[in-house]
Amino acid sequence: MSTAKPISIVENFEIYAPKLVDKEEFFCSGHRACQGCGEALAIRLMCKALGKDTVIANATGCMEVIATPYPATAWTLPWIHVAFPCAAAVGAGVEAGLKVLRRKGVNPDRYIKTVTIGGDGGTVDIGLQALSGAMERGHDMLYVCFDNEAYMNTGIQRSSATPFGASTTTAPAGKASIGNKTWKKNVPEIMVAHNIPYVATASPSYPIDFMNKVKKARSIQGPTYIHCLSVCPTGWRAKSEECIKLGRLALETGVFPLYEVENGVYRLTVEMPDPLRPVTDYIKTQGRFRHLTPDEIRDIQGRVDLEYRKLMNKVEHSLSWTE
Amino acid sequence: MSKRIGMEIALAAAEAVALCRPDVIAAYPITPNTHIPEHLSDIVAEGRLDAEFICVESEHSAMSACAGASGTGARAFTATSSQGLLYMDEVLGIVSSMRLPVVMAIGNRAISGPINIWNDHSDIMTMRDLGWLSLFAANGQEAVDMMIQSFKIAEDAAVQLPINVNLDGFQLTHMVEALFLPDQKEVDRFLPRRKPYAALHPDHPVTMGALGMPDIFTEATKARDQALVDSRKVILKVWKEWEKQFGRRYEPIEAYKTKGADVVMMTMGSMGETAEIAVDELRKDGVPVGLLKLKLWRPFPFEEMKKAVRGVKTLIVTDRCCSLGGPGGPLAAEVRSALYAEAARPVIENALIGLGGRDVTVDDFKQMFRQAGKSKGIYEFYGVRG
Repeated sequence: MSTAKPISIVENFEIYAPKLVDKEEFFCSGHRACQGCGEALAIRLMCKALGKDTVIANATGCMEVIATPYPATAWTLPWIHVAFPCAAAVGAGVEAGLKVLRRKGVNPDRYIKTVTIGGDGGTVDIGLQALSGAMERGHDMLYVCFDNEAYMNTGIQRSSATPFGASTTTAPAGKASIGNKTWKKNVPEIMVAHNIPYVATASPSYPIDFMNKVKKARSIQGPTYIHCLSVCPTGWRAKSEECIKLGRLALETGVFPLYEVENGVYRLTVEMPDPLRPVTDYIKTQGRFRHLTPDEIRDIQGRVDLEYRKLMNKVEHSLSWTE
Repeated sequence: MSKRIGMEIALAAAEAVALCRPDVIAAYPITPNTHIPEHLSDIVAEGRLDAEFICVESEHSAMSACAGASGTGARAFTATSSQGLLYMDEVLGIVSSMRLPVVMAIGNRAISGPINIWNDHSDIMTMRDLGWLSLFAANGQEAVDMMIQSFKIAEDAAVQLPINVNLDGFQLTHMVEALFLPDQKEVDRFLPRRKPYAALHPDHPVTMGALGMPDIFTEATKARDQALVDSRKVILKVWKEWEKQFGRRYEPIEAYKTKGADVVMMTMGSMGETAEIAVDELRKDGVPVGLLKLKLWRPFPFEEMKKAVRGVKTLIVTDRCCSLGGPGGPLAAEVRSALYAEAARPVIENALIGLGGRDVTVDDFKQMFRQAGKSKGIYEFYGVRG
């Protein structure tokens, strides 16, 4: 049972930020992301936490499109993109290559971290097999999923990370449909089931928490996974200036709690309000949910409560497998 | 010194790959190539080769891991067959576009359906336009030699392209043959460490696999095509070097008794040796026939092709693959386009043979030679029932 009290220092961000956040940019401005893109912000913060000695493998998706229109690139870290479903396998190859070249004295004798990134489609749908394989084999690699809850790059099609009731271009709301009819797939939990040393959820709305998790994952030699909720104002039909606010409401309503699972032990990393705010606070400003009736919102509230109780049960009762 | 040994060809090919000191091997099991990665994993497990062996969860990931590893500057190898190659398909063109000199052995096998594990060339033909160099071995010795040659060709500064070596499934992969296996010192002399054009490392950051917009895509495609066309010179240079060091000669198209031949057969892969016997026997009976064995499939040797058929009246091109609803076999289509502009060219017939492991015997080849000039249509399924 975890007793550490969750700490939230985001309220004092302006005081802490200059001391805690690296000024060097590894994901530079000038890229073509939409206004208010939560994913581009998250990647910028992730890179600051990772530092220079990092190689990035990127799945196909918004981030590859907006950041690398040849001959321009937003990346100052070494970066490779191959295809949509295979980022984790590419990362596995990068990790193996860096390891063997260092061992053979071809590369300098210095530790370089391999980090693989992908969106929800490239991670939880088409990339799930490659991700599972890479995690199961134990590559020394951090995988970060930037989950914006649909295939935004191709035009807001539904993925298995799309929440129940959201209207997407392939699961649209209509007279005969609520929109997306399935509950969001819990991929962090699938990663926990791989018995890897570190799994966490994160959000750029809590930047210090996110960067601390990236730093912790970077320091662990082995497979680690961070699932980062990345608000997409374009796809969520929300105002671009509400990106950060929506990420915080996702936490405060219990829709997306921030936690980490270290060697099997669950711990909340950002304090949750008690009681949680109602889910309506989160969904009412998002156009993708605006067709929902009060009854349907009640169903969503029930499910959010249940998932939150399940998580808290693990926070209170999980056992470490290293002790 | 090379020593002559008797060994299953897949194992010998694996030994040849190990002699090239690959850094990363990523492979997924599929018949009939499996003995190659299996034996490589043995060599790694025995400590004879210092390499990372990744047991990936699919062929798609095998090729992707090779791409990632090759991107770091590592020497990367994989092997596959049939459905495995098709499962990799998405990644294959990306690897060549990124100019990553990955080496792949293909134990050629028919693609489903119906499902069939035996040999033909329908697998490799699905990737012929994806920017890979492609060699065909006719026997175990060629398989061993081509494995080693491949790394040198692919990694040449002027090439930097992936390459595949085709070994007919079972007919080559599972046969025990007498062959010469070079020793480590000889291979080290022939093949230096890879010098990548760019590599993923923070000391010299690079963006690999960027987005190509319409304003650059045509140029990128032309550059890749040119690199393939130009690779021919490097292939010929490496083969000359090989001949000098190891005494075995390689040519894009090997001619066998074509002098004075009216009818010439053309083969790729293991059937060449069977066809040679047919040529010998017919020649003994006074029938002037000959044989062309294609070893270099990509880049296609257009010039050599034109020279090889001078004076030939009828050319029977054999294909172990059918381009369904198309012009017959892919090799015949290529040969026809190579010779179309020639003022004097042979009558070209196309026999589709040996599909899905169907045996093609010496008698079959003799029969095809005897039937020369009688083919109806631009292609036919030789020996088909019904």
